[in-house]
Amino acid sequence: MHFDELIGHLGQHTVDGLSKGAIYALIALGYTLVYGVLRLINFAHSEVFMVGTFAVLILWNQLGVENNPPIGQAILFLVLGLLVAAVASGGTALALERIAYRPLRRKNAPPLIFLITAIGLSLVFVELFGQVLPKLLGGVLPAAFGRPRQIVGMPTIIEQKTLFTIGNTAITNIQLIVLIAAVAMMALLDWFINRTRYGRGVRAVAQNPETAALMGVNQERVIMLIFVLGGIMAGAAALLWSMRFGFTQNSIGFVLGLKAFTAAVLGGIGNLRGALLGGLFLGIVEVYGATLFASNWEDVIAFVVLIVVLMFRPTGLLGESLGRARA
Amino acid sequence: MIDKIRSADRRRVGMLTAVGDRWRALPRWQQGIGLVAFLAILYYLPLLGIPGLTWLRTDSIEGGNNWAGVLFVCAIYVLVAIGLNVVVGLAGLLDLGYIGFFAIGAYSVALFGSVNSPVVKWIQQEFDLPPTWAVTWAICLFIAIVLTMISGVLLGWPTLRLRGDYLAIVTLGFGEIIRIVARNATGLTNGPVGISAIPGPEGAPSADNKVFGLIDAKPWYWLAITFVLIMVFLVRRLEHSRVGRAWLAVREDEDAAAVMGVYPFKFKLWAFAIGAALGGLSGFLFGSRNAFIDPTQFNANLSILFVAMVVVGGSGNMIGVSLGAVLLAYLPERFRDFADYRWLVFGLAMVLVMILRPQGLIPSRRRARELKDRAAEAEEVPAHV
Amino acid sequence: MRRSYVRALGTAALAATLVVAAGCQDSGGEEGTASGDCGGKIAIFGAFTGDNAGLVIPSLNGAKLAVKQFNEANPDCKVTMQEFDTQGDPAVATPFANQIAGDNSFLGVIGGHFSGESDATMPIYQAAGLAMVAPSATRTDLTQKGNTSFFRVVGNDGTQAGAVATYLKAQNAQKVFMIDDASAYGAGITEELGKQLGPLVVNKDKIQERQAQFDATISKIKAAQADYVFYGGYTREAAPLVKQMRAAGVQAKFVGPDGLYDPAFPEGASGGAEGAIITCPCLPADKAGGTFAADYQKEYNIPPGSYGAEGFDAAKIYLDAFKDGKKTRADILAYVKSYDKQGVSKYIKFDAKGDVDPTKVVIWAYQIKGTAIEPLQELKLS
Repeated sequence: MHFDELIGHLGQHTVDGLSKGAIYALIALGYTLVYGVLRLINFAHSEVFMVGTFAVLILWNQLGVENNPPIGQAILFLVLGLLVAAVASGGTALALERIAYRPLRRKNAPPLIFLITAIGLSLVFVELFGQVLPKLLGGVLPAAFGRPRQIVGMPTIIEQKTLFTIGNTAITNIQLIVLIAAVAMMALLDWFINRTRYGRGVRAVAQNPETAALMGVNQERVIMLIFVLGGIMAGAAALLWSMRFGFTQNSIGFVLGLKAFTAAVLGGIGNLRGALLGGLFLGIVEVYGATLFASNWEDVIAFVVLIVVLMFRPTGLLGESLGRARA
Repeated sequence: MIDKIRSADRRRVGMLTAVGDRWRALPRWQQGIGLVAFLAILYYLPLLGIPGLTWLRTDSIEGGNNWAGVLFVCAIYVLVAIGLNVVVGLAGLLDLGYIGFFAIGAYSVALFGSVNSPVVKWIQQEFDLPPTWAVTWAICLFIAIVLTMISGVLLGWPTLRLRGDYLAIVTLGFGEIIRIVARNATGLTNGPVGISAIPGPEGAPSADNKVFGLIDAKPWYWLAITFVLIMVFLVRRLEHSRVGRAWLAVREDEDAAAVMGVYPFKFKLWAFAIGAALGGLSGFLFGSRNAFIDPTQFNANLSILFVAMVVVGGSGNMIGVSLGAVLLAYLPERFRDFADYRWLVFGLAMVLVMILRPQGLIPSRRRARELKDRAAEAEEVPAHV
Repeated sequence: MRRSYVRALGTAALAATLVVAAGCQDSGGEEGTASGDCGGKIAIFGAFTGDNAGLVIPSLNGAKLAVKQFNEANPDCKVTMQEFDTQGDPAVATPFANQIAGDNSFLGVIGGHFSGESDATMPIYQAAGLAMVAPSATRTDLTQKGNTSFFRVVGNDGTQAGAVATYLKAQNAQKVFMIDDASAYGAGITEELGKQLGPLVVNKDKIQERQAQFDATISKIKAAQADYVFYGGYTREAAPLVKQMRAAGVQAKFVGPDGLYDPAFPEGASGGAEGAIITCPCLPADKAGGTFAADYQKEYNIPPGSYGAEGFDAAKIYLDAFKDGKKTRADILAYVKSYDKQGVSKYIKFDAKGDVDPTKVVIWAYQIKGTAIEPLQELKLS
């Protein structure tokens, strides 16, 4: 137990935790959107994120990006990366919906069937990117990509620098970008769901599919929309991940997806703001826990906190609802 | 293409149902003979040497695995599937952390039965026992079942009040907690190094053991299949008892069951505890057969594989889930040629089975009817408006 | 009714036939030893597919190369080697061990490649009287269990940790921060090193597999003002760890064991691993004896990675035994026990416990330059 360390640098650990949680939160949005409308756990969402990181990897590799490019280029690479990742992840999410989930929905299959299908899809994607694509693309892409299942590095786009220090808390440029970008993406999504016509459609279907259908809302289009939106958020997370950590691997999705799903449940699954809160909360809990004990207890702490929170608030911190439908 | 597969599938199902109906129509004594013949085949399997059928053996390919050893794995997976079926198929609770119970069962026999375990060493020191002393196998079996039941209740007590999807993530977390604790609590479990010299029915593994020796895996299969048969019998009795009907009621409609005086929480907890005990039993056999365990053998992936066995086989139907377990354990071993593409093929197969046959390979008759009803409902309310 | 009656009888009859057939036909293993005057069959097992295959494939290739060269040079003495892919899982390795032990045509075993699978299968091979030569199972206690048929052609973790400790002391390290991944390998070697370094260890932390963000660990390194960071574990976690350390401005030197002797490490850290030191009980390709490195390069089109030479040596021991006319498990076991020859990776002679003579173990330090792992210097053992 290192209480002194935790208390002494509480601010630093909180900032670290927030920047960690921001990425969880962005991925958690994908789970929460789909769950809010379809009551279905899209277990393959973690692979949607993984595909996004590979899209960024391939893009930067094809552009010939080197470590620490000049600032103008860096911004260009990031914006392009965001676009490509959003398209790749959004497209993957949409493909999952069309190919696998829609036929099941037609049959009104119970949730368990969706879950197993999603797990199967998840396996397929992990193996595609771990085994099949490296063999096919090994010659074209970075040498490391040709090694099945291995970790592949990406260039550092922005050099990490301490921007300012408050007390003994140093805040780096990367942490700030991650936090601001994540919150901005979420604010955008929140606005989209709560203020636009399409968003109203999503909320209507989430509240009551039949009534929404009666009112002329095209349910299939709404479902496609939420998968794409969730995919875009995962794409944004993939870009931030690539910028912050600079590596990817076919199997990175599993742990992250698990954490993001935990975050969504913590905040109240189906609740957008809950996903944000849950993600940030989980990030902080993990960093505090890793500091207090050791990093290898991180996951245990995260899951114990989840169980404790659910015991006292069975529907998560903010309760479940998409668009304040059900309190 | 898909339609063609579907209609072929429908025909096959028709045949299957017909087989089931005919079997039920047979007089008792003929069923008895059939059953005895089936049991004889089960016990004969590890010796399988009928010309024309030897290609079934996993050691018939280059670098293939030991046939009896694979059969043993199939048998304990069947045990797992039967236990998980009580939780998922009968009580309708989605448990993604079943590996946790499996691990507790395996660690029970390792921690109390092996002279290399820190627990046994501590007991030896505390009570001045000789360094060869350890808890005997039969008592370990008892400990394993009690410990897993207790852990099932401990996990179920706070979490079973949660709705289905929350339960899924909480149980998944539980499985991970067990694995990580086993890995990190070095003083209790030897941590990542693992525990060796786990005993079998004849005591610690040794070349002198007459039946459960080190080289021949066949006796282990016979032991496991005996356990499976006993458990199948017991669970069948349970399924058709008051408890079984209560589970059914809770699964179909919790509120209605509560109104009728079936207290859902109590029966869910029962399902959880019984499922956990079966998982623990299979973990116990696993640990004691391999004589060595370490935490890497209890990954979350296995939990997911377990759920897949139940759902692919046909959740709710014991024959179905057993078939699912055997297929998922056997096919990757027999078709090793796929090597690196094993998991890709496995994932694709899972998706295809779910899209084409959501009720599983051999569905429970009640489940199949439910699914049909749901599909009919879906057709009544067209998706596009 | 009649039909079903006949069918039931038929089923019973069929079942009876099967059971009778069982008695005569147990196709378990082929009895007898190798045919002919010379040659025989050996088995090699390890994680040839799956996530850790990259560490094991060079050894398999090395062994295959040895067998191929032998068969070309001795057309009248045919040796075959059968591969068994355990995926590194002890529970898969156990039935394989049953298979190999029960099949009397196998006269020797190369493996295991990981310590867990070796630990799990050692008793089985011993009971079968089969020799086991491990190219890369390095956990120290494997040879301390009283097993008499387990040998390894590689230095154990204790020896490597000793060399690391000597190196660190020679570099005048004052504050060493130790991190491990809580795996059997990583935690084992880190613990050995901790024993040898004593008060030089300023603090330690454990991370977990597949971790990506190391803020908590990096804070601890900074707080400890370490001048050396030792990481026990594999590439997957080490690459992001070292990259984030550098990004956070930690200047401490990064040292890791042979788990990082892997081209994916510098590439995965994309520049962050520059200057990192990797120790490995494996010789640089050009220092390895004979034409091994060139032959390997020619055969597989890549340089021999970690343990390629060890795999070659392990196979060579059995090949020499066959050449010497040994044809039973007992003879071969005795031959391995008394083996005393210069190998490609080191001079091979086993002590009573099955470890290669500790004074003959060679441990090299390598340094990351760009994406290459370049030999730096040979390390003194403790």
